Amino acid sequence: MSKFTLPVFPYAQDALEPHISKTTIEFHYGKHHQTYVDNLNKLIVGTEFENSNLEEIVMKSSGGIFNNAAQVWNHTFYWNCLSPKSPLKPEGKLLEAIEKEFGSFDQFKEKFTNAAVTLFGSGWAWLVKTPEGKLEIIQTSNAENPIRQEKTPLLVCDVWEHAYYIDKQNRRPAYLESFWNLVDWKKVEDRY
Amino acid sequence: MKNIFSFLFIILLVIPFSKIDAQSKGTEIKSTIQASKTIFELEKLPYSMDALEPFISKTTLEFHYGKHHQSYLNNLNKLIVGTEFENSNLEEIVLKSKGAIFNNAAQVWNHTFYWNGLSPKSTLKPQGQLLEAIEKEFGSFETFKEKFTNASLSLFGSGWAWLVKDKEGKLEIVQTSNAENPILQGKTPILVCDVWEHAYYIDQKNKRAAYVEAFWNLVDWKKAEENFRR
Repeated sequence: MSKFTLPVFPYAQDALEPHISKTTIEFHYGKHHQTYVDNLNKLIVGTEFENSNLEEIVMKSSGGIFNNAAQVWNHTFYWNCLSPKSPLKPEGKLLEAIEKEFGSFDQFKEKFTNAAVTLFGSGWAWLVKTPEGKLEIIQTSNAENPIRQEKTPLLVCDVWEHAYYIDKQNRRPAYLESFWNLVDWKKVEDRY
Repeated sequence: MKNIFSFLFIILLVIPFSKIDAQSKGTEIKSTIQASKTIFELEKLPYSMDALEPFISKTTLEFHYGKHHQSYLNNLNKLIVGTEFENSNLEEIVLKSKGAIFNNAAQVWNHTFYWNGLSPKSTLKPQGQLLEAIEKEFGSFETFKEKFTNASLSLFGSGWAWLVKDKEGKLEIVQTSNAENPILQGKTPILVCDVWEHAYYIDQKNKRAAYVEAFWNLVDWKKAEENFRR
């Protein structure tokens, strides 16, 4: 029987300051992410997903199980997109691909920011790689995840209000500005 | 239904084009065309910003009403310029628009309805015909509260929990995502609880259940009874 646990946070809880506060991490990771894990563990009992791994559940489930499984997946991925030591810019093949697809890194940033800021309601903005190897910026609502469209997530920004309300309140664009200071481009390059 | 929008000040801006024309060089056209535009404005809250404390803080109202609600209005006013909705009232826009215009119009509608459904002097319980209808539909007021609370807590993502009346006068609890509004299904809203995270994050953080508990101390049942009689 699967029993999911909250993955260890990849850096200290105050490591993302001043861009994302320790308090935000305490709630976002310690409460929200933890709650999705707890809900998932309860919901899968006695279902076909009792012995599945997380990705299988995200791919095949629906309703409450999907929502919680995908939110566990998305949040773990989000934490692993961030670093207190961001190089601020990608390098090598990823940079080339970004420049090819979006014209320049700055244009990519602008388009991704726009996707993150304009997503209405709760959700996520993603940089993904299509099965053809093409880069794409997409928005997903609530828990939706691009792996269900056979796309490979490279980078994600959580735009649920709980991701930024403690630090920025209603100012989602200010949160995006902070986000760009924290992107772990080394990991994004590895995924690409 | 329309009189619930009496709170919206609709200002008709009359722009005399003839004046503009007179200033343009090389034209002798004296236009008498007048353009009228609807500008939506934020109505005053029916109570002071700190009146809902300790259940909903003044700070929450400053952001929720002063920033979020205001932004939806500002966005709406910008978005309708040059569209078929330029001269429409809010309800028409909610019923007929799509995309960003709908999102902003419906969020303006929903928030105004939400504020007007709250009161610092809640009677905590409905009376008369509404109470009877609730007891008939849900068994008891307590059972109704439990079901409405559950609808508020289980809505995944951003949205609203509503008590509505259908065309036959039957009560129903519905959940809507994001800006969705039950008037699009021909239902009459009686009571709403905003469960977007911005409604409770300053006061309760992740604890939506604590917010809904606070909410029950603020329901303006007199308003709900009026909405039910419509």
